[in-house]
Amino acid sequence: MLGTLASIIDGVLVGLVYGLAAMGLTLIWGVMDVINLTHGAMIVGGMFALYMLASALGLPPYLALPPVLIGAFCIGILLYWIAIHRMVGRPPLMSLLSTFSVNLVLIGIGTGVWGTALFNVEVSVPGISMGRYTFPGAHIVAAVLAAVVAGALYFFLHHTRLGKSVRAVANNREAAELVGIPTTRVLAVSVGLGVALAGVSGVLIGTLFPFTLLSGDGYQLKSFVVTVLGGFGNPVGALFGGVALGLLEGIVTPFVPVSWTLVIEFVLFVLVLIAFPGGVFASRRGAL
Amino acid sequence: MPPLLRRPFFWIIALVIAVFAIAPAIGNNVELRESLLLAALYITLASNLNVMLGYTGYVNFGSIVFFGLGGYLCVWLVSSYAWPLGASLLVAGIAVGALALIFGLGILRLRGAFFALATIGIVEAVQAFAENFTPWGGSAGIYLSSAIFQPMGGPARALWSIYFLMVAVMGLSLYLSYLIKISKFGLGLLAIGQNEDAAAILGVPTPLYKALAYSASAFLPAIAGGLYFFKSAFIQPSDAFDLTLSTEALVVAMLGGQGTVTGVALGAYLYEELRGYLLTSETFSNFQLVLSGVLLLLIVLFFPSGLMGWIYSRFPCARKVLE
Amino acid sequence: MTALLELHNVSKRFGGLQALRELSFAIEEGEILGLIGPNGAGKSTLFNLINGVYTPDSGRIVFRGADITGEKPYRIARRGLARTHQIVQPLSNMTVLENCMVGACFGRENLPLARADEAARDAIAVAGLEERAGTPGIQLTIAGKKRLELARALAASPVLLLLDEVLAGLNPTEVERMIGVIRRIRERGVTVLIIEHLMQAIMSLSDRIVVLNFGEKLAEGMPAEVARNAQVIEAYLGDPRLAAELQSGT
Repeated sequence: MLGTLASIIDGVLVGLVYGLAAMGLTLIWGVMDVINLTHGAMIVGGMFALYMLASALGLPPYLALPPVLIGAFCIGILLYWIAIHRMVGRPPLMSLLSTFSVNLVLIGIGTGVWGTALFNVEVSVPGISMGRYTFPGAHIVAAVLAAVVAGALYFFLHHTRLGKSVRAVANNREAAELVGIPTTRVLAVSVGLGVALAGVSGVLIGTLFPFTLLSGDGYQLKSFVVTVLGGFGNPVGALFGGVALGLLEGIVTPFVPVSWTLVIEFVLFVLVLIAFPGGVFASRRGAL
Repeated sequence: MPPLLRRPFFWIIALVIAVFAIAPAIGNNVELRESLLLAALYITLASNLNVMLGYTGYVNFGSIVFFGLGGYLCVWLVSSYAWPLGASLLVAGIAVGALALIFGLGILRLRGAFFALATIGIVEAVQAFAENFTPWGGSAGIYLSSAIFQPMGGPARALWSIYFLMVAVMGLSLYLSYLIKISKFGLGLLAIGQNEDAAAILGVPTPLYKALAYSASAFLPAIAGGLYFFKSAFIQPSDAFDLTLSTEALVVAMLGGQGTVTGVALGAYLYEELRGYLLTSETFSNFQLVLSGVLLLLIVLFFPSGLMGWIYSRFPCARKVLE
Repeated sequence: MTALLELHNVSKRFGGLQALRELSFAIEEGEILGLIGPNGAGKSTLFNLINGVYTPDSGRIVFRGADITGEKPYRIARRGLARTHQIVQPLSNMTVLENCMVGACFGRENLPLARADEAARDAIAVAGLEERAGTPGIQLTIAGKKRLELARALAASPVLLLLDEVLAGLNPTEVERMIGVIRRIRERGVTVLIIEHLMQAIMSLSDRIVVLNFGEKLAEGMPAEVARNAQVIEAYLGDPRLAAELQSGT
C-alpha cells in the first residue's frame, strides 16, 4: 500500500519534469502550428551541457540551468531563422520535414563527436524518508524547479508585454499584425522559449536518469504523449499531462519490462488522439 | 496491343530494369553489382514511400518498419523452418502487407502531422517487440549459417541471384507506383493529398483508400528487406529498424520530386552515387545522417518540388512522357 | 411527387450554440428549393448535416427512402448527393479536368477512368469551363473556382445538388450566366437545394423557399407567400435593404 503510494508520489515528481519538457513543444505548436521535431535533440543538448558543466568543469549540477536557459534560447532563435521562418503558413508537413532534417544534422554531429555511450551525472541531494521509502532528493529538487520554471512561463505569458504578444499571435496572427505587434520577432522568441524549455528540462532529466545521445527520441515521444494528454498549444495543460504520464509510469513500471514502457505510451498516444482529437484537458485550441 | 504497352513510360521503366540487369553482368563486375544493389534498394523503398508521401500527402517516417519486419519474417522462416527463399519472401511480403492494412485502418484515422508522429511511434513499438520476442533471438538477433547458400549454387552464384531478385523487386515497385498513379485508385489518392475533406465529399472512400495505399506501400519493401537480410545472413533489431534508412528514403523521394515516378528513381540513383562517393572518404563516413539532413533541409527550403519539378519547368514537354 | 430528401426534427449544437433546432422539411423530386435566412441562421450547418460532414445530435435524415443519418460523406456522395462549398475547395494542383474526373469517378455512377473523362468533359461544358480544362484549380479566378465547384458536383451526375452561395462574389454578368447554368441543370432532371443571399436571384430561381432564423424554420412556401410573411420581414428588419428586396423580388 505504502509502496504504491510512494511510486505514485515519485511518478508525480518525475511527471512535473515531463510536463516542463512538453511545454516547450506545445508552446511552439500553439503559437505557429509547427511541430518541432528537434525537440528531442534539444533535450539531449541540455543533458550534454549538464554533463560538460557538472562532470567536466565540476560545477554544481543545478548551476547548469542559467547558461543552458540562455544558450538554448539563442539556439532556438537560430533554429527559427534557419528552419521555421520560411515554413510558417505553409502546409504543416513542410515544417515537420525541415525540423526533422535539422534534427538529423544535430544527432549526426552528436554521434560523430560523443558516440552513443551511456552518461551519468551524480547529484547528491539528501532524500526525504517516508517509512521504509526514501524519495530521492534529486527528484524533489527537479520537480520543484520544474514547477518554478512553469510558473515563470505562466507569469511571462500573462503579465508581460512580450508574453501577451505571444498569446495574441497564437490567437490570431493577422489580427496581431494589424494592431502593430512585430509578429515575426514574436514567432522567433516563441521558438527560442520553446527550445529553452526543452534544454532546461533536459538538464533536469539529466539529474534524474542516465542518458545517451539517442535518449532524445524517447523523451520527445513522451512530450508528444503529454501534449496530447494536456491539449495542444496549452502549456498549463502540459503540466497536468506530464503528471498524468508520470503517474502512469509510476503505476506501470513495477509490472512491465522497461523497453515496453515507451510502447505502452505510444499506444496511449494513438488511442487518445483517436478518442480526443483535441487532447484530453483541452478546452479548445489556442488556449495559450 | 493493350493500352498500357502503348504508353512510352512503360517502356522507359522496362529499359531501366534491363540496364540494371545487364550492366553488372558484363564482365562479372561485382563492385558495380553491389553499388547497383543498393541503388535498387533505395529505388524500391523510395517509390513505395512515394505512394504515401507523394500521392496521398502523408509523411511516413517509419517506412523502415516494413523493410525490417519483412527481413525478420524471411530470415526466421529460412532459419527456423528451413523454408526456401522464394516462399519465405512471398509470405513475408504478404504478412507485412496484411499487418500494414490492419495498422493502417487504425493510425490512418489520424490526420496529417499526427499520422507522421504515429509512424515514429510504430518504429519504437515494433523494435521493442523484436527485442523482446524470443523466437527472433531478442536483441542478439538471428544468424543464418553459410549453408543456406548451397541450394542456390554456393555463395558467389547466390549473390547474383539475390541481385537479380532485387532488381525484379525494384522493377515491380516502379510499375506498381506507375500503375497506381494512372489508375482510378491513384486519382482518389491524389485527391486526398490535395484536400482530404473535399475528396471525401466528392465520394472518395478516404479511410479505405489510405489504408490500402499504406498496405500497398508495405508489400515490396518487406520483400526487399527479406532479400537484404538473407544476403547478410544476419538480422538484429538495431539494423532492421534503423531509422537512417527510412530517412534516406524520404530524402530520396524529396530530392527526385515527390509524386513522380521518374523523379524518385532518379533521386535514389543520384543519392546512392553521392553517398558512395562520400563514404569512401574517411571524414564523411561518420556523417551520413548529417549529409541526409543538410540535403533534406535544402530541398525542403529551396526546391520543394525536387529534381522533376525543375525538369518540368525547364522542359514542359517532359511532363507528357515522364510520369 | 415524392419527397427526395426528408429531414425529421434535426438538431445540432456546437458547445453553447444551438445551430439548428428541431428542423423538419422535405424536398420534392425535380424542384429547386431555396434556403434563405440571415447570417448565422444555420444554413451551411444544415448542408454539412445533410452530406454527412457533421452528425446531427438528434433527428433523422432520409434520402431516396434510406436513412442516411450519421453516414460518412463519401457514402452519401455515392448515393447521388453532390454539393458545392461557400468557401471554394478546389483540389489545388489538379487540373479542372482532373477535379471533375474525381467527381465522376467517385460519384453516384462510380465510373471507370475512361468513362469518367467523358462525364467530366460534359460537366465542364455545362459549367462553361471548356477553355480552362487543363488549368490547375488554384489558378482560376473566383468565378472560375465557383464554376469548378459546380462542374465537379455535376460530374458526379447527382440526383440532388446542394449549392452553397454559388453566386456570391460574382459580378452581374457572371451572375446572369450562372443562373442560366443552374436552370439548365434543373432541366436535366436534377433536384436542387440552394442557399443564396442574392434575393432577386433566389426568388426567381426557386419553386419553393424555406426560411431559417436562429436555427429554426421561420417560414416555408412559394416565393411570393414567403415574401409577404410578416415574420420573415421582421427577421430581415435588421437589414431594411434586404427586406425591401424581399418584397420587390417577385
